[in-house]
Amino acid sequence: MQDTLLEKEVKRMGKQKGIFADYDPREDKIFRIIDNDGKVINEDYMPEIDDETIVQAYKHMLFFRTADEMAVSYQRQGRMYTYPPCIGHEAIHVASGTIMREQDWLVPAFREVGIMLLKGVTLKEIFLYYMGNEEGSNFKKANHVTPISISIGSQYLHATGIGYSVKLQKKDELVFTSIGDGGTSEGDFSEALNFAGNWKVPVIYTIQNNQYAISVPVKNQTNAINLAIKSYGFGIPGVKVDGNDFFAMYATYKEATEYAKAGNGAVLIEALTYRKGAHTTSDDPTKYRTKDEEQEWAKTDPMLRLKKYMDSKGIWKENEEELIEKYKQEVDKQFEEAENMPPYKLDDVFQYTYVDMPDDLRRQKAEYEQFLTWKENRK
Amino acid sequence: MEGEQKMSVMTIVQAINNALDIKLEEDKSIVIYGEDAGVEGGVFRVTEGLQKKHGVERVFDAPIAESAIVGTALGMAMSGLRPIVELQFDGFSYPAFNQIISNVSRINNRSRGMYKAPMVIRFPYGGGINALEHHSESPEALYSHIPGLKVVVPSSPHDAKGLLISAIESDDPVVFMEPKRIYRAIKQEVSDEKFSIPLGKAKVLNEGTDVTVVAFGTMIRECQKALVMAKEAGISVELIDLRTIYPIDKETITDSVKKTGRIVIVAEATESFSVGGELMAIANENAFLHLEAPPKRVMGFDTIVPLAKGEPLYMISPERIFYEIERTVKF
Repeated sequence: MQDTLLEKEVKRMGKQKGIFADYDPREDKIFRIIDNDGKVINEDYMPEIDDETIVQAYKHMLFFRTADEMAVSYQRQGRMYTYPPCIGHEAIHVASGTIMREQDWLVPAFREVGIMLLKGVTLKEIFLYYMGNEEGSNFKKANHVTPISISIGSQYLHATGIGYSVKLQKKDELVFTSIGDGGTSEGDFSEALNFAGNWKVPVIYTIQNNQYAISVPVKNQTNAINLAIKSYGFGIPGVKVDGNDFFAMYATYKEATEYAKAGNGAVLIEALTYRKGAHTTSDDPTKYRTKDEEQEWAKTDPMLRLKKYMDSKGIWKENEEELIEKYKQEVDKQFEEAENMPPYKLDDVFQYTYVDMPDDLRRQKAEYEQFLTWKENRK
Repeated sequence: MEGEQKMSVMTIVQAINNALDIKLEEDKSIVIYGEDAGVEGGVFRVTEGLQKKHGVERVFDAPIAESAIVGTALGMAMSGLRPIVELQFDGFSYPAFNQIISNVSRINNRSRGMYKAPMVIRFPYGGGINALEHHSESPEALYSHIPGLKVVVPSSPHDAKGLLISAIESDDPVVFMEPKRIYRAIKQEVSDEKFSIPLGKAKVLNEGTDVTVVAFGTMIRECQKALVMAKEAGISVELIDLRTIYPIDKETITDSVKKTGRIVIVAEATESFSVGGELMAIANENAFLHLEAPPKRVMGFDTIVPLAKGEPLYMISPERIFYEIERTVKF
């Protein structure tokens, strides 16, 4: 076989070996480091990562899962509107969030709460958004996080553009973006990656392949043997990774960021996971998938596996129940802060549609205020 | 004959499902697809049961790609099928805009009638359901502005069924916007048989003499509530349900405005450059000397539809409709 694009790229990186070279998506290989029992089965690729970071990663996952489950329950109590649960995606979120630096960009879709929190977005903001307040997309403490993209796939293009921008401005900033398996069918996905290959932008593109786009299984999205293989069409390296394996995700992001920092351009990572929850709280997965399937995937749960690994090394010394209790209080506190926001005002409707508000909008607002006065007097 | 027909109580969702079912049965060239439209029957369950009954080759799930859904439908429509495609939400119709405006709407003109686009693009529209971003929009003006397209918005189960059957049978492409907020809120006796309501004809829902109120879709219900308030205030309102946005029924509107001398237009969409503007133009062009008050629009602000917390400030209430009716009558 001739040198593949990946091999060429790897040579350029001055490495004989690498995840992107060794796990060729054309052979449908999957990169994995620990098995379902948390046992290391791929020592060669085990990243250099200290015990404290591992324990911290697990705590992040525990916090996100607690917050995620509580978000669903707030929605059920009628205290919040439609919410897309992230449960099952924790390893992807924490691995990328751990690798990302303060100056790096996050261009999220809508199932990335974990990564967003690690980038400095607050739970209060997340809750505000799902309570139906745009103020929840105004991430006051987070550097370089764009609002979530509900319009499927559109964020990939923005990431490519940001990648071009930081490259042109010679900034030491990388761009991380994410899409679901369903999103890979959108034209925006292919167009963004095509540009990315052309422009050699420092962007790490992740596909969080959680097997379903609402009710539609990934096999109905594409006839390709996997999603990572699509990278070939755009001239960028791609790899399929066990997205429920924290170490595999961490090692992949590590290599990807080194590749991008060296000026080589973008990569595409397919992270294989399972959407343990519903698409959103409006969705009912019993209509399209079986309990058997859910139980089969439950064995690959990212937290379960990391916990087993930590137990085998004896590095987990915390009391999990106590931690969960502590986290619940923190989540509740932030939720209540979001609930206690001042009421939505008419100004909030008008103020931000334009930077420079046209006079006619002021007229519309004034006219509406007259109506409100009439309504008040009528009572 | 109408009296002898078997009737069933239906919601708008059920009436549309029933129309699709009847047409699938009757015309084997019809196919239905869209995101989640197959196994699940769509996120609003409008196509529920149709795949099971008519087979996976005729009713199926599409990958997430609105442009592809509409573009492939045009290919099918040019080659002997009559596709009905579902786009999941109003705000998700925009990725298909290029296919709609540059291809679907003009294939008949481009090919001098050699190729037609007998297809229906369905999507739920409008706000008031506490939804996420891009799930609450009313883009009827965008689509009505495109030559070659017909745009239909039903307001009741009966109309939804009859108008959809006409839309499916139309050789011109039809954008069929479904009022999601009242998908299940209105129940009505609807004939189980096939029937159709002609496109391009408005319906006078209530006759009156003081002012003409024109609305469509979701806003009809709000207008009917405002009419109760108007009646208490001694104002006689003529309420017109547009039913088809384009071709617009100028005759019905003109006749009514000539009679009442006043027009109030009610719609959720952004006011500027809207269907409301078109209706005002019709009143001005055709009934200018009959007007006793300036035409008035009760419409959405020129802002993005706010998320749920701000939506009550944006959505048009019966009270606001009544307020503008009264002001117009007292002008």
